Amino acid sequence: MYNANKVIPGIIIFILFFTIPIWLNFGRLEAIPKPELPKKEKKCIESKEYMRAYHMKLLDDWRKKAIRENKYIYTASDGKKYFISLQRTCFKCHNDTEKFCDKCHNFVITHPDCWDCHIAPEVAKKWQ
Amino acid sequence: MSLPKPDELLVGVNLHKTPSKTWMDIKAELRKGMYCGIVDPKTLEELDLNTMGSWQPSDEKWPLPENWKEIVKEEIRKRLEKHRSFKLFMDICVRCGACADKCHYFLGTGDPKNMPVLRAELIRSIIKGEFSTFGKLFGRLAGARKLTEDVIKEWFYYFYQCSECRRCSVFCPYGIDTAEITIMMREILLQLGIGTDWALKPVHNSYYIGNHVGVPPQSFKENLEFLVWEFEDITGIHIDLDKYLNRKGAEILYVPMSGDYFADPGIYTMLGILVLFHYLDLDVTMSVWAAEGGNFGYFNSLEMAKRLHSKIYEEAKRLKVKWILAGECGHMWRVWNQYHNTWFGPFDYLEVPKSPITGTVFEQAKENKIVHICEFTADLIAHNKLRLDPSRNDHLIVTFHDSCNPARAAGLFEEPRFILKHVCNNFVEMPENTIREKTFCCGSGAGLNAGENMELRMRGGFPRANAVEYVHKKYGVNQVIMICAIDRAVFPTLLQYWVPGVDTGGLHELVANALIFEGEKSRTEDLRRRPLKHPVKGREEPTEESTEEEG
Amino acid sequence: MNALISFIIFGILVAIPWFGVGVLGLQSLFGIVIPYICFLVFMIGLIYRIVYWAKSPVSYKIPTTCGQHKNLASPWFKHNRLENPFTTFDVILRMFLEVVFFRSLFRNLRADLYGKRLIYGSAKWLWLGAILFHWSFFIILLRHVRLFTNPVPGIIEKLDYLDSFIQSLGVPPIYITDILILAGLTFLLLRRFIDSKVSYLSYGSDFFPLFLLIGIGVTGVLMRYYFKVDLYAVKQLTLGLATLHPTIPEGAKIGTIFYIHLFLVSSLAAYFPFSKLVHMVGVFFSVTRNMPNNNRYKRHINPWEYPIKHLSYYEFQERFKDKMIEAGIPIDEEAKPEEHKWYTMYGPNKNI
Repeated sequence: MYNANKVIPGIIIFILFFTIPIWLNFGRLEAIPKPELPKKEKKCIESKEYMRAYHMKLLDDWRKKAIRENKYIYTASDGKKYFISLQRTCFKCHNDTEKFCDKCHNFVITHPDCWDCHIAPEVAKKWQ
Repeated sequence: MSLPKPDELLVGVNLHKTPSKTWMDIKAELRKGMYCGIVDPKTLEELDLNTMGSWQPSDEKWPLPENWKEIVKEEIRKRLEKHRSFKLFMDICVRCGACADKCHYFLGTGDPKNMPVLRAELIRSIIKGEFSTFGKLFGRLAGARKLTEDVIKEWFYYFYQCSECRRCSVFCPYGIDTAEITIMMREILLQLGIGTDWALKPVHNSYYIGNHVGVPPQSFKENLEFLVWEFEDITGIHIDLDKYLNRKGAEILYVPMSGDYFADPGIYTMLGILVLFHYLDLDVTMSVWAAEGGNFGYFNSLEMAKRLHSKIYEEAKRLKVKWILAGECGHMWRVWNQYHNTWFGPFDYLEVPKSPITGTVFEQAKENKIVHICEFTADLIAHNKLRLDPSRNDHLIVTFHDSCNPARAAGLFEEPRFILKHVCNNFVEMPENTIREKTFCCGSGAGLNAGENMELRMRGGFPRANAVEYVHKKYGVNQVIMICAIDRAVFPTLLQYWVPGVDTGGLHELVANALIFEGEKSRTEDLRRRPLKHPVKGREEPTEESTEEEG
Repeated sequence: MNALISFIIFGILVAIPWFGVGVLGLQSLFGIVIPYICFLVFMIGLIYRIVYWAKSPVSYKIPTTCGQHKNLASPWFKHNRLENPFTTFDVILRMFLEVVFFRSLFRNLRADLYGKRLIYGSAKWLWLGAILFHWSFFIILLRHVRLFTNPVPGIIEKLDYLDSFIQSLGVPPIYITDILILAGLTFLLLRRFIDSKVSYLSYGSDFFPLFLLIGIGVTGVLMRYYFKVDLYAVKQLTLGLATLHPTIPEGAKIGTIFYIHLFLVSSLAAYFPFSKLVHMVGVFFSVTRNMPNNNRYKRHINPWEYPIKHLSYYEFQERFKDKMIEAGIPIDEEAKPEEHKWYTMYGPNKNI
């Protein structure tokens, strides 16, 4: 091999770059956080799979319905009716955003702006 | 062979239309006027090369050696191992098409195989089809094909439609240099015994007689004598030629180009250089053996290029000079600038070039000890060592043609322009996209300046001529200046065809014409005996006569 | 035709995980085994390719010079260090601009022939399309680090935040690079169809990576905005891959679209070292760009250079002696015949 003095460092940089996660995790890897599920209620308004993937879409739809169309009733796929409100419906069970929402959001790095306006009951307590 | 009229030549050319068949299905049709003839076997034998006997490209069946396929594959493999450039360029092209309309042969023919990318595909597809598993598996889908006799014909046709000008390499995002590929491909063809008459006869001459045109030493001297007589007749200044020929112990070895002591208008450049030497009383000599700075070997194989130029340094040693000065030539300067030091160095027997007139040390040639005449003259002018009268060139409106290789293989842009601006008053540039690193080839470089491929030359030279035509019409340009011997040999034909009324010349011809000599006589003509705009008033003739009478 | 076959192959690549995961439920195969294998093929293949290039020596110093050379004797000629490097530092600058900003492509021109007149115009579209695609791809790649690290480094988080700062186009906020990469790729694909020259010289292997990349981009976008997946479970999977403890998250179902996306990325990785995509590392090896134009100043050594056969002055003088004397050209009495061992790659005497 020729120009080994340049090629080998080049190969090393190449390997380092494409294995970057390994080096970034090295020595600081944290356990995967587990969101704390509500104790009273076992079932959310839709199936667990649906909620895990689509909760943000559902909330977005709720927002549009409530604000733009002045509709406050949501019929779930099992026929049950719910009042459209983050504050009054969701927070009833998921009353601590820090222990529930933020756990996943911080884990996967997504930055929803819900908490710019809404405050969950348990979080509000801390400020009182 | 009849060459169509300029108005008809480009009628069929459409740069935005492509054939309906894919290029792999189009057999190369060797059209007369587009390729050069094959050299005779004797020339090949005397240069220790393989031969295929007496044949011509127009023959239906080429007399390829029996094991031609093995030879070709072996030679390809060898070159992939020897040159990283070639290996890499075979791998990394993404066919983005940036080079497509940069080639002057494509612009002049509209033939898609003249797009640099497809020219390279002619070999890339074979490497894929013959060496790569992926290529063998997916065939055409991956751009692979098999080696056949038609491919050899195609290679011959298209790799002799590339003048190794490197314009495509400027625009390629990876710097893929078609010149490099063409060099390799011509080498492989040469190994089979395929070489053109026009590219190999000069090699033979240069190898055995010392220069491309085969001028023996006595005629070399005669030609120069004729030039200095002319000069004496015009200006009254006598140049003593003897000190410039084969003299040992001079400080500088000057290596001329045979084109410059062989034919008009190159001879005026040679004269210009002799005049400059005389003006400076420079301690310089020329070897009658290494009387060729150019290198047609380079148009056949790198080895042949090295074989031809080794004599320059052998002669420098024999004549005991301190450093070497190169003349105005294009591919020559590429070979000197980029290859010489690798081929022939190190040069302990030479010294770092230092101008004896100004004392300037040419530090950029610290190891190779070779200087381009433009660097040398620019330094003289900058130090006010030349008394110049630019108005002596007022009968000319000049433009400067950047020759491919001083431009793209050296970067010699400012020196010739600096000189030009000091020796003439009317200098205009051609359009921006046709000069400097974007300059266009004369269409006849790299051993393509033959007679039998005239149509190719006129087509390839069209983009350059078109730019000349532009400044000719707009500013009345009547002379193109260039620092390349092949250019000077082919431009007259090219301009005669496309832009009649524009002359061709070298840079140092204008330098010499602008030089003011002590004791020169009055003249009304330039060095070519064209009428001057402002007659030169020198010493008065009658005085000389009266002195004689008195004496 | 080339494009069609490539598209069919691409279609098959989409169908494989669709069937494999959606119908057969082979999550582990498509989520763990194939990505690992393809990543290894990518790394080893590319290193192999680099070593393969490096095994051939740089025979000559042949930079393409696109600007004024450095004239040390007459330094007032302004040296263009970027286009005609003289020192290693100049080369680094030139390569930096080449790799990061595609400087050569920025020069691109377009030539048109009108009757007997050639017109040149600026043509920066290709440059723009290329820049859009490559830079977006690079940022997207970095952004994906969030799925492979825990905790996510602040800089990646910031990058993610910056990329999605336009919040007014719906929830979740749109990534700017998502739009740009698809715009860039669409342009690059369209010109392969529309520009007759580029269309003529395109192989199936030119369309295929474009289809793959567009496929990757589109599945990624769909996953974010339409067919949503359980991101928490996705990250469990991806983090497991990065920490070499791969698992298919239990009790959670990741949509098939994720597996299609992952399979296309794996295919791209595995295809990479065997295709033109190697230009990513190849550009660093480009001998016409990565060397200074200073062979007169500093000698470049070619490891396989060999002595050649040539004629000596003695032989020349012997042949022309009488004529030279007659013409009054000095004769060198000291000239001697010379013999040396020589090699040739050509002809009947070929000995290397």
